Amino acid sequence: MSGVTIDLELLPPLFKGLTVTIQIFSGAAGVAVVAALGGGLGRLSGRCWIRAPATCYIEVFRGTSALVQLYWVFYVLPFFGIEIGAMAAGILVLGLNAGSYGAEIVRGSILAVPRGQIEAAIALNLTPFQRMWRIVLPQAAAAMIPPATNTLIELLKNTSLVSLITIADLTFQGQIIRASTLKSAEVFLLLLALYLALSMVIRTFMRRIEKRYSLSWRPVGGLT
Amino acid sequence: MRIDWGAAWSALPVLLQGLLVTLQVTLLGMSLALLLGLVWTLSRRSPRRWISYPAAGFVEAIRSTPLLVQVYFLFYVLPSYGIRLSPLATGVVAVGLHYSAYTSEVYRAGIEGVPRGQWEAAIALNLRPLQTWMSIILPQAIPPVIPALGNYFIAMFKDTPILSAIAVLEVMQTAKILGSETFRYLEPFTLVGLLFLGLSLVAAALVRWAERKLGVRSASP
Amino acid sequence: MNPPPIVRIRGLSKRYGDVSVIEDLDLDIAAGEHLAVIGPSGSGKTTFLRVLMTLERPDSGTIEIEGEDLWLMKRNGALIPANPAHLRRVRAKVGMVFQHFNLFPHMTALRNVTEAPIHVLGLSRAQAAQRGVELLAKVGLEDKLDSYPHQLSGGQKQRVAIARALAMQPKVMLFDEVTSALDPELVGEVLGVLRQIARETEMTMIVVTHLMEFAREIANRVIFFDRGRVREDAPPDEIFTNPSHPRTREFLRAVQLTA
Repeated sequence: MSGVTIDLELLPPLFKGLTVTIQIFSGAAGVAVVAALGGGLGRLSGRCWIRAPATCYIEVFRGTSALVQLYWVFYVLPFFGIEIGAMAAGILVLGLNAGSYGAEIVRGSILAVPRGQIEAAIALNLTPFQRMWRIVLPQAAAAMIPPATNTLIELLKNTSLVSLITIADLTFQGQIIRASTLKSAEVFLLLLALYLALSMVIRTFMRRIEKRYSLSWRPVGGLT
Repeated sequence: MRIDWGAAWSALPVLLQGLLVTLQVTLLGMSLALLLGLVWTLSRRSPRRWISYPAAGFVEAIRSTPLLVQVYFLFYVLPSYGIRLSPLATGVVAVGLHYSAYTSEVYRAGIEGVPRGQWEAAIALNLRPLQTWMSIILPQAIPPVIPALGNYFIAMFKDTPILSAIAVLEVMQTAKILGSETFRYLEPFTLVGLLFLGLSLVAAALVRWAERKLGVRSASP
Repeated sequence: MNPPPIVRIRGLSKRYGDVSVIEDLDLDIAAGEHLAVIGPSGSGKTTFLRVLMTLERPDSGTIEIEGEDLWLMKRNGALIPANPAHLRRVRAKVGMVFQHFNLFPHMTALRNVTEAPIHVLGLSRAQAAQRGVELLAKVGLEDKLDSYPHQLSGGQKQRVAIARALAMQPKVMLFDEVTSALDPELVGEVLGVLRQIARETEMTMIVVTHLMEFAREIANRVIFFDRGRVREDAPPDEIFTNPSHPRTREFLRAVQLTA
């Protein structure tokens, strides 16, 4: 592809789209964290009226496609008189979608905390809430970060789907520029490069969190 | 607004036809992903850096960028290089390429799981590299990662609606057309959701069955 | 008349599926007693401690700590299953040191010792830290306050675990094979701490151990557990020099052969 040159005029609209993509990603990531904790803890609950809805949420969102969910909320909900707007629909659906995968990460990491930790906490008479909050979650959190990084990258990739429900994100702007300039290769290579850069930012950020969080207490090569 | 069961019932045959295309794309795409993934994995293990570095970078880039943009890239850019593929073929190549980055990681984990002693035994028996790979390493590396590959098969299945963006007549695109004709999105979209949910649950159960059968654990993608 | 026992067990049974781990156990333990529990592995010794610590729920029978039932509470004159508040109140009288330490890996040694006093007993951070430093000094780890568990040896970890349990000031302390997970050269330092505690405190101690010499030295009463039952219950000098039950004799002979 030696004929590819990057046209500087392409940049301003792309950066506008980039801003929208970052907004949707940030909003959805926030929704995802809350949904992941709620869903993951809910699925571990001993009470079936908490466990059943949590399980339903996780299975439905993991069992269907992000795009199908997006279309459903965008096209079908208005038939029920619920109009939430494209932006809110995008943030909510992508957040809940990523949250359902996150919930399984939360659940798996909590179950991976050794049983002896909970027993020690019981022997010290900590309440169930204190056991979870002070003993189990801090240890589980360290194990959650690497898989959560992957889920966040998948979320970033899924933000491109909002271009199909009329939101002017990075991919949408790219499509518009392509249609008007017909410089397909340049535009899409730029898009791919921008998404790749965003992914690398996310990875670096998460690695820093992991380091800062667990450097002191986690021996090299995992827990003993 | 109430569900119109008549509309749902009449939409079903057309949707099932779309679903057939979806399954076709998934199966062809997965075959491509299984093959290409192995190519990336073996390239990344190459002692020649001019092979292993680009392969690693390519896999990383594919995994870090949206499938939709990759689909657009292939759909709009390939023709200008004289490669004309139908939307369906473009879709198969796109999902196959995208998921080959994931299967490559899975293969890598499987190969790294084969004990060192197996390589040493192959050397001691004076097997040629190809023989070592085909008869010693891969037969041990692949079975434990079958459930993980199965999970990516399910993930790919759920990603195929993205191909509606280039008008591949898979199940989502079929539902969109139905909806725009009748102005009723409720029934076709809900049916599509239920079809995905049902098939994913069945497939996930199959993966769990395989996990038990093979005695391995795999994380979901 | 004797003072009432601090631990009173009647008809205690615990099964896992078809296997009966504790069978119809009756036992009184007096305040301040140092009780050693010996017996072959799988005899139910550890389960006995775990039931006392409420880590396992018994299938039948009652456990009273200072006259209060652990699993049942009185309401309007009737006995009903204990609620969490009741369980926590009675459980506060019991502490435990585990075979595998179970230190919290994300906390320093000092925080391991102060966490529960602050959040369960409601001590101020300063009070808890003062008590924590004293206890860690007592177990010989005043220079390891800020170390994380992974930076400590097995013996040091177990000494932190002992300090952590002591910080809750339980009336009854359970020691579950506390030296079994240690390398041989580290056993001595932990035993030294246990001896010191036995000498210095009024606390009731129940020590499950496979070290017969140590049981003889530290205990003023020894019970021999076998297949979920107490086969023999006697002062240490008697049980070790002149065991009355044939299973005890067999066990002690086997242990001496391997020791």
